[in-house]
Amino acid sequence: MELNRLSARELLKLLDEGSIKIDDVVLALKERINRIDHRINAYVRKEKDLSLSAHQSGLLQGLPIAVKDNICTEGLNTECCSRILEGFIPPYDATVIKKLKENGASIFPLKTNMDEFAFGSSCENSCFGPSHNPWNQEYVCGGSSGGSAAAVAADEAIFALGTDTGGSIRQPASFCGVVGLKPTYGRVSRFGLIAFASSLDVIGPITKDVYDCALLLNIICGYDPYDSTSVNIEVTDFTKGLSQDIKGLKIALPKEYFIEGVDKEVKEAIRDAIEVFKKLGASFQEVSLPHTEYAVAVYYIVATAEASSNLARFDGVQYGLRIRPKEQKESALLDMYKKTRGKGFGQEAKRRIILGTFALAHGYYEAYYLRAQKVRTLIKEDFDNVFKEFDCILTPTSPTPAFKIGEKIKDPLKMYLSDIFTISANLAGIPAISIPCGFTKKGLPIGLQLLAKPFREDILLRVAYNYEQNTVWHKMKPKL
Amino acid sequence: MEYEVVIGLEVHVQLKTKTKAFCGCSTEFGRPPNSNVCPVCLGFPGSLPVLNKKALEFAIKVGLALNCKIQKYIRFDRKNYFYPDLPKNYQISQYNLPVAQDGFLDIELEEGIKKRIGIKRVHLEEDAGKLIHLEDFSLVDFNRAGIPLLEIVSLPQINSPQEAHEYLITLKEILRYLEVSDCDMEKGSLRCDANISLKKKKDLKLGTKVELKNMNSFKAVKDALSYEVERQSKLLYSNKTLIQETRLWDPKEVKTVSMRTKEEAQDYRYFPEPDLVPFILEETDIEKIKASLPELPDSKKQRLMERYGLSFKQAKFIASEKGLADYFENCLNFYPQPKIVYNWLSGPLMAEMNERKQNIEDLKVSPEQLCGLIKLVEENKISNLKAKEVLKKMFDTGKSYTEIIQSESVAQISDTEKLKEILDEVLKQNTKSVQDYRSGKTNALMFLVGQVMKKTNKNADPQLVQRLLKQLLDNLKEEAE
Repeated sequence: MELNRLSARELLKLLDEGSIKIDDVVLALKERINRIDHRINAYVRKEKDLSLSAHQSGLLQGLPIAVKDNICTEGLNTECCSRILEGFIPPYDATVIKKLKENGASIFPLKTNMDEFAFGSSCENSCFGPSHNPWNQEYVCGGSSGGSAAAVAADEAIFALGTDTGGSIRQPASFCGVVGLKPTYGRVSRFGLIAFASSLDVIGPITKDVYDCALLLNIICGYDPYDSTSVNIEVTDFTKGLSQDIKGLKIALPKEYFIEGVDKEVKEAIRDAIEVFKKLGASFQEVSLPHTEYAVAVYYIVATAEASSNLARFDGVQYGLRIRPKEQKESALLDMYKKTRGKGFGQEAKRRIILGTFALAHGYYEAYYLRAQKVRTLIKEDFDNVFKEFDCILTPTSPTPAFKIGEKIKDPLKMYLSDIFTISANLAGIPAISIPCGFTKKGLPIGLQLLAKPFREDILLRVAYNYEQNTVWHKMKPKL
Repeated sequence: MEYEVVIGLEVHVQLKTKTKAFCGCSTEFGRPPNSNVCPVCLGFPGSLPVLNKKALEFAIKVGLALNCKIQKYIRFDRKNYFYPDLPKNYQISQYNLPVAQDGFLDIELEEGIKKRIGIKRVHLEEDAGKLIHLEDFSLVDFNRAGIPLLEIVSLPQINSPQEAHEYLITLKEILRYLEVSDCDMEKGSLRCDANISLKKKKDLKLGTKVELKNMNSFKAVKDALSYEVERQSKLLYSNKTLIQETRLWDPKEVKTVSMRTKEEAQDYRYFPEPDLVPFILEETDIEKIKASLPELPDSKKQRLMERYGLSFKQAKFIASEKGLADYFENCLNFYPQPKIVYNWLSGPLMAEMNERKQNIEDLKVSPEQLCGLIKLVEENKISNLKAKEVLKKMFDTGKSYTEIIQSESVAQISDTEKLKEILDEVLKQNTKSVQDYRSGKTNALMFLVGQVMKKTNKNADPQLVQRLLKQLLDNLKEEAE
């Protein structure tokens, strides 16, 4: 039995029965990584010592979890796949990591690949090179949490943590054929997540199935006094009630998400999925989210503005890369800043820092940032209106399946549009999940997205679970 | 042509909360470099700020004491600029919604002549670290980074260096009354920048503004402003134009020097801090804080004058520190003679405290103790001089006055019979002086008093001694005649 192929739920059952030991699981994962990760590149800094001693205790029985490179892990390099954070070892654990450890998870000693500082939709902006799609290595795995999604899809991880600022969990999950949940903003503590855009960032699970997703959410969610933006709201057990049926559930189909430019095969897969839901007793109706067309523009102003400020601290003074100026001149400090940041940041990071700096500049702030925030409110109101009548919204996760490595990297605008269906959930702060719903003829996975009102992850998980129980997509494995 | 001086002051005060503004680190002064730090105040990747509610409460207190409108929608903004003492390369501050605005502060240069200075805004922010420059490199100490800082900005309604000085004194008194800051310029818990310009009296528009920095005491502020008044008026009288610039005060050279001009001004790219959710204050929160405000120096001064008959100067002195005023009023419970208590406080007590660089808060001599001592003097049980010595010993040993007096048996010799014996002895030993006195040299009397005091170890009442001596000598005189 290849233990690395199993879900967390299946492994926990075996561990509880005593038929396997946690060391067997760790060994299976290590072997898998050694055998295939040179083709996938889901993990970074593989030259590091892989030693992991898992203790079989707690809810998760020592199960190892793969963690994205932008979530702080005490004593383990956390570099956001950027040269500028070269050698940075956090002195503390992110709150989610703390919670995972408290519940018996082992933190896998290798971190997963990502677009530098989560800037990207293909994992090609990593200083460690791109991750490859497990279903076809010529294709991207999506991004920015591409390494986490690829690791789970390629059975190099049982489950993983990703982060989602504009679709960075859901889009790679859909490209790799796994489950990815972006929780409500404030549901999961951001403490220890190296910020890209503070008002949009969320940590969430990437898993092999919906049950594992609920299980992981149970552990990582909850109010954190160290994160002022986390919300103090009662937490329910998300694994309970998953199998409750969805008869009479009202699902909205926003017409702005079923437009030209959406790949034909994606459309067909979504259409088929709708039929499955109908058979399960859900009803559908077309609705409008009229401000959808502004989402990408609003996002790239708000997100880059916040990023330009969040990334200012990487200056060579305290940690990470420092490039010393050659001469001791009066401008030595400025030279250090320029050289360090010039060498430390990649192309896309520089592009976004410049964009964001511009958006906040004196005289432009009102025209860009402030206006974008106002439109953001309108986008949120669009959703509020729909959720008055509907339980959830269904859309494709991405307009296309995975594209080829190198296909869009030279065209940032095209790349930005890859997030067109996922961005709005971040702007509105609402929860959204991506689940596998089919494959293209070439064998690339397709994902569907479900969105619900704030703090109703339970609805998303129940709807997704019902679908999963009646389809086989999540059971498909790439040939590697 | 006469020019009018226009000054606006920008004061930064560190709030003396136990912990920093956005993390749990201690604010204790004088710790080894980089020991009061954590990932949050070091701006480590992934760390997040959490507002210290006490800092907000202190800020509101100050806003209320300065008669400001309090902002109910509390929000923070990021002020972005690169500097190695700023761990995140942005400062969490407040931009267009300061915690308090549109207030005023009354200053009183002379009795009865008050001037109202407008307070434009009071906002809460975090302090930066401290750079230590060595020969060819610099070090940074982040102990100070993240300490809550209040910026208090006046309107340009101060019209002389003296007024500026008085404004600072008055502001400091209020802040110390509120117990929100030590206001110690030497420790950097109070810092002041000034904007100064000169304009023709009839002009409505303000003149070219110069910003002054690096003034390390109230006196330096006054001196720097006085220097600028001179410098700017000289330029204006000789028809030269001023440039808008920032100048540094050089206390050694006693002059200001240009640091940077307006062209080099930075764009701080303010935007709302997304890591801190806006905080809504309820009217009841503000009312609660208002009710907790102590009596402020100005009304305290008035009350001291009315209730205890102190003069303006006396009241101003006593009211200058809340601790001192409390001490004063406490003393009156034990000895209800305001003028006498005032004299002791402003004289001997202050002298002892100053000598030891003590604050009223550190004072070990209780009002009860002090008043007991005063009573002994007033009842002629011990001499004034001796009492001062006893006070010094009380400071030195921490013992009570009764203990000290008993152990040294310094109780004043007021027994006339006993004194007379000593007097006779002194007169016998100093026949020359006795003769001098008789021949009309009245100075001789004081010499004889001194001799008696010496013999009694200063335990005699000098006035009594003088009276008795005079009597004795005059009797002798009569006898001889």
